[in-house]
Amino acid sequence: MAKPKLKRHHINRDWCKGCGICVELCPKKVLELDEQEKVTVARPQDCICCRLCELRCPDFAIEVETQE
Amino acid sequence: MAVKDYLRERFLPHMWCPGCGHGEVLGGLVRAIENLGLSKNEIVMVSGIGCSSRISGYVDFHTLHTIHGRALAFATGVKISRPELKLIVPMGDGDALAIGGNHFIHAARRNLDMTAIVMNNRIYGMTGGQFSPLSGENISATTAPYRTIDRGFDVVELAKAAGATFVARSTTYHVQQMTETIQKAITHKGFSVVEVLTQCPTYFGRKNKIGGAADMITWFKDNTTPIGSKAKQENAALIERGIFVQIAAPEYCEEYQKVVERATKGRK
Repeated sequence: MAKPKLKRHHINRDWCKGCGICVELCPKKVLELDEQEKVTVARPQDCICCRLCELRCPDFAIEVETQE
Repeated sequence: MAVKDYLRERFLPHMWCPGCGHGEVLGGLVRAIENLGLSKNEIVMVSGIGCSSRISGYVDFHTLHTIHGRALAFATGVKISRPELKLIVPMGDGDALAIGGNHFIHAARRNLDMTAIVMNNRIYGMTGGQFSPLSGENISATTAPYRTIDRGFDVVELAKAAGATFVARSTTYHVQQMTETIQKAITHKGFSVVEVLTQCPTYFGRKNKIGGAADMITWFKDNTTPIGSKAKQENAALIERGIFVQIAAPEYCEEYQKVVERATKGRK
């Protein structure tokens, strides 16, 4: 199976509570919290599309879309 | 269907604190149902009282938000009247094993076909951080400023002894395993118990100086191990996770139907 390629991260800023779980547990440190304590994608080129941020986000605020 | 199709999006963002593990359990549960391809109409979710029990408000199934500790009793009623429905009963640790301890052991004993999910954050969050029967020894809580002396229940051992036919444990660190376990529990015929160790950063984490939500999740990674691992033999303090019991036994509703047939024989 080919490695999935990132299309984009969908972030719902209204639902994100800035708990930082995704930021700290991302294996590639792709994500960061901005000055409003909401998640942003700082280094999308490093994303390996493991979806752990999506699965661990308690607020359904992040979704990883991959290329078909 | 996508995950969000199973949620009542108008009630989101949910009321849980930032970093609360209950949201992760909700995600795992909804993904398990999505993987099984169940229709929203065949699921009934029954919950009691507490932070965890607010989960039933966010899912677009048939939902009942009932009284403290009695979720399993209400679920029993639903199951007996409509045995074709799938019953999912998420409960907090206090709701399931303190206030509802009696209902829990007897639902397990009867082997009713339903899935009980114990969202164990080891504290009463909604009422302000009192210790629960699952807090265990040497824990700081608002009602235990000099730390607890009470021993905690072991949900797995208790469920096993009470007669549950599917018993498993997972954590919010192991999200993929949690989803798979919940999936197996839903498909299991009989009373299934899934304990999910989850984090309460607001009370448990802060009172016990474990750190933030991510630190608490990492604690689950460092302090749990798969069943029967070598690490467990070397360090008995590790908490085992996985499926402990998966056996077939007569299911209550089916047995009850036999009683109905015996009683109405020759009179129909």
